[in-house]
Amino acid sequence: MAGLSDQDNESYEMGMHTEQLAGRTQEIFFSPREGENFVHPDSFDVDFDKRAEFDAAGLEIAEINLKIRELMESGHGTIVVRNPGARHSIGVGILNRLNLIIDGSLGYFGVGLIDGPNVRISGRVGWSCAENMMAGTVVVEKNGGSTFGAALRGGDLVCRGAVGSRTGIDMKGGTIIVGGDTGAYSGFMMQRGRMVVCGNAGKNLGDSMYDGTIFVGGEIRSLGVDAVPGEMTDLDRAWLERKLAMYELLPSRGVGHFQKIVAGKQLWNYDNLEPTEKKIVL
Amino acid sequence: MCGIAGLIHRGTTADIGTEVTNMLQSLKHRGPDSTGFAIYGQPVADEYVMRFKVAEQEDMATGFRIHDEIKERRAIVDSRFDEKGAVMLSQEDATEYAYRYRFTFDGDLEQLARYIEDVEGAEILSLGSGLELIKDLGDATTVSGQYGLNGFQGTHAIGHTRMATESDVDIRSAHPYWAYPYNDISVVHNGQITNYWLMRREMERRGHRFMSNCDSELLAVYTADKLNNGYTLEESLAQSIEEIDGVFTYVVATADCLGMAKDTMAAKPMVLYESEDTVALASEEVAIRALIPEEIETYDPYDEEVRVWQA
Repeated sequence: MAGLSDQDNESYEMGMHTEQLAGRTQEIFFSPREGENFVHPDSFDVDFDKRAEFDAAGLEIAEINLKIRELMESGHGTIVVRNPGARHSIGVGILNRLNLIIDGSLGYFGVGLIDGPNVRISGRVGWSCAENMMAGTVVVEKNGGSTFGAALRGGDLVCRGAVGSRTGIDMKGGTIIVGGDTGAYSGFMMQRGRMVVCGNAGKNLGDSMYDGTIFVGGEIRSLGVDAVPGEMTDLDRAWLERKLAMYELLPSRGVGHFQKIVAGKQLWNYDNLEPTEKKIVL
Repeated sequence: MCGIAGLIHRGTTADIGTEVTNMLQSLKHRGPDSTGFAIYGQPVADEYVMRFKVAEQEDMATGFRIHDEIKERRAIVDSRFDEKGAVMLSQEDATEYAYRYRFTFDGDLEQLARYIEDVEGAEILSLGSGLELIKDLGDATTVSGQYGLNGFQGTHAIGHTRMATESDVDIRSAHPYWAYPYNDISVVHNGQITNYWLMRREMERRGHRFMSNCDSELLAVYTADKLNNGYTLEESLAQSIEEIDGVFTYVVATADCLGMAKDTMAAKPMVLYESEDTVALASEEVAIRALIPEEIETYDPYDEEVRVWQA
């Protein structure tokens, strides 16, 4: 694209740009080479070699989260939670680097609102896993529920199995990778980021998406309003291969069969509004 | 919000009363207003089991004569049984206002049921050969203890924890629903049906009766109507997705089957576990964990998905 630096062009081709409407339309570019700079006042300085584990079976949800916090506060960088019992809201709000291993399944809102930890969940997760995640990685070994990665803002969220409906609804960044199928309305109102579905996608994929990119390896039952096929580039294929290989989900036949879905951007009618009104719409 | 659960043991029986109680208790946070069970025991040939009440739980705190009135209502019910020629085998008092009768009867069962419900305050909760329907205010442990469900042997069951949104907090509006006068059909539902009144009028024109203003009752009546007209349970569930509007996930049980259907939006949750001998399904996995604590494979059914399992 004319007038852009090489780096901005690369970012543009990878679908990692967005538009910010602030008085006038401006394109803001995310640098793929930018380091991860996440530091929070409430984050803890932990040592990955300092390991702790505890049994969550007899604990209330608040006690489990408090226990994780206490261990991080005392410098533990690797924490194993056993017997979570598919209960809700476990591991939420962790704002620092951490190896968190969940030995079992989580209920709703598991590891939501996190910024930095690497989480591995040996079981399945319920609705809204890792919602609003800012950074880090979450890997789910079994299946996931609906609204997987809702409003995701950054990091990698991976499910090796199938997930429910409305995966990545309202996602604003980051990457969601699904090893199996995803349900209806996945990518609904997606604004940024990338979603990769190795299996099939349900009806109305990418409905009303503003931006971002969806890759599907299987069949798409139907596309949603304003979701259109995009052209796969070499950069897309390279990124897909690298990312799927990283999580051992690269199909044996490669990524040549993947389809790319992007926003048609025909719903961007608010561009006709006055600058002050644009802020209200957004 | 509401929580629903179902469980079926294929080819065997188990202490299904305790199992479903544990599942529903773990879903208490989805709705604490009332809890209901539809449990399918082993049917005995030529025998009927009827669960009914002659007052609401809240009635017990009102009026000076309520305790006497309840006795009078029950006496009228008993006399009507005698009058119609039913042979009583046993009578159990689950609570002061809810009872379980076992009887044999050769006459018109629908007519008998209508005659009993003609008694003031009387409502048949279930009538059939295998189904026993219990519902009351309180959480699963409370209702189960009150009605002595622990130890109840059966093949399959469904249950419901209710957060009242569309109708009153009373037994009448609690799930499961049984579709009078069809034996052994019960339904639990999580969601909202938006063409309820339209569909209800259609069902009423066909002669069906509704005992509540709860939209979930429509699903029981609808299922009974379909099965009565020769549809299979699977066909009925599939057609309901086409004909009934709203966001819903519901579970249906018949004398020997368990089924589920999910709406076109997949907006209401359901988690499924299926093995060779057991199928468990619930609004949340935590309910299945109450039954099977070890790591298992579970998944969410998708939109418009219909499943049926045989006992």
